[in-house]
Amino acid sequence: MRAVVTVTGKDKKGIIAKVSSFLAERGVNVEDISQTLLQEYFAMIMLVDISDIKTELSVLAKECEKLGEEIGMSIRLQHEAIFNAMHNI
Amino acid sequence: MFNQFDVLETIDMIEREHLDIRTITMGISLLPCIAGSAEKTAKNVYDTVCKKAENIVEVADRLAGEYGIPIVNKRVSVTPVSLICAPFPEKAVLIGRALDRAANELGIDFLGGYSALVHKGTADYEKIFLDSIPELLASTTRVCSSVNIGSSKSGINMDAVKQMGEIVKRTAELTAAQDGLGCAKLVVFANAVEDNPFMAGAFHGVGESGTVINVGVSGPGVVKHALENIPDANLNEAAEMIKRTAFKITRAGQLIAKEAAKRLNAEFGIVDLSLAPTPVMGDSVAHILEELGLECVGGHGTTAALAMLNDAVKKGGVMASSHVGGLSGAFIPVSEDIGMIHAAGKGLLNIDKLEAMTAVCSVGLDMIAIPGKTPATTISAIIADEAAIGMINNKTTAVRVIPVPGKDVGDSVEFGGLLGRAPIMPVNTTDSSRFILRGGRIPAPIHSNKN
Repeated sequence: MRAVVTVTGKDKKGIIAKVSSFLAERGVNVEDISQTLLQEYFAMIMLVDISDIKTELSVLAKECEKLGEEIGMSIRLQHEAIFNAMHNI
Repeated sequence: MFNQFDVLETIDMIEREHLDIRTITMGISLLPCIAGSAEKTAKNVYDTVCKKAENIVEVADRLAGEYGIPIVNKRVSVTPVSLICAPFPEKAVLIGRALDRAANELGIDFLGGYSALVHKGTADYEKIFLDSIPELLASTTRVCSSVNIGSSKSGINMDAVKQMGEIVKRTAELTAAQDGLGCAKLVVFANAVEDNPFMAGAFHGVGESGTVINVGVSGPGVVKHALENIPDANLNEAAEMIKRTAFKITRAGQLIAKEAAKRLNAEFGIVDLSLAPTPVMGDSVAHILEELGLECVGGHGTTAALAMLNDAVKKGGVMASSHVGGLSGAFIPVSEDIGMIHAAGKGLLNIDKLEAMTAVCSVGLDMIAIPGKTPATTISAIIADEAAIGMINNKTTAVRVIPVPGKDVGDSVEFGGLLGRAPIMPVNTTDSSRFILRGGRIPAPIHSNKN
């Protein structure tokens, strides 16, 4: 089972490190990562494996949102099915 | 596999353009609840609804968390109550109140189905049932009522049309303290559909199975945003863009509907893709029409623009889901759409233009506040006109007007929340009573004879 984590906001130091260690602690394995920087606007998209997560997916999504608030970024974790449904036939 | 652009597009749709799952509606058959007395039936109804829908709120909230898409409303629709209380129609209100208690207990937003299907004729027990609607709507908060008074196949039951004019008036009077709010929970249909997930017109048709999940998806803001990106496109290209956007939105709905049905132990019914506005900025159907090039909704060209929008939405939706149903198209509830409120306030959108618009979109005259002094027969005549449009054009039409007690043209009314606000709209003041009081049935049109 996979999910997509998106991190957006104003670029600052150590975002990738913070987010990936947070995810690792919760049993999430990062499979792919891409990032873009548009002027000061930072957007990172991670494809992650959530087969071994320790909580329910909706709870993990909430925790990600909270981490985002703490570090001043917007962090979303969503089941990959929503993107597959909307963008693949 | 999706790419980075796709991911960010979905997130933009949700965060900035108000894409949401407007409702997960569980349809529940109440036919097994009928017992020897109204009291026992009411108890069965309460127990059945509480049991079948016990997890709907929890499951919806969890799905919203997992997929990162808001699910705004959780609702239940039931078998038309007029059938459930047929042996004891004078006690119909008991069953309506049991439904309201169940809705409160479950924490759902609305429960639809205090309804009757009288499109060909009104049985004695249905006459009594219809008369109970105003009292029920005035004494409950979450129960919605709908009545089907005509169809393309059977014509228009003008005796029921006459009665419904009186019932709308009476409902407004009994809820006068809240500016006639009861009428916002009452819809008069022609060609009502049995699987509509949207309120106030949802009910669970008798042709449906025991427990069904129907999902309504919305997203006027997403469509408007997509059109903003192609300001100089011709209308072929605009229609294509609407279709593609509708496709994506409906796919999200299909995913949630299937998953919700599985987790709630119900059948997947349909996805209804309806552009349903809310009174917040950026969630308006009127603004889509204006983006297409109209200075203001209500002006000449509005009907053509709406026809194109409604059709393109349907085409995108049909491709995206295995079962599209409900109303699927564009809604034009005046008080719930910031662009419509604005146009009505300036006098640029009137009831006659709205009536024309209902010939080409998926619903009818919806959430329109009219003067409280409007006679019941005039309301009946408004209903008859809408039903005629539906009957002849083989489409659903509906009337949800609010004759606001003590208010007149120039005043406005605030319903609050999703129901929004509306200026009182003038209606034609000539007398239609002799036509309405004739009663009887308008025969079905010639093109209904297809057998």
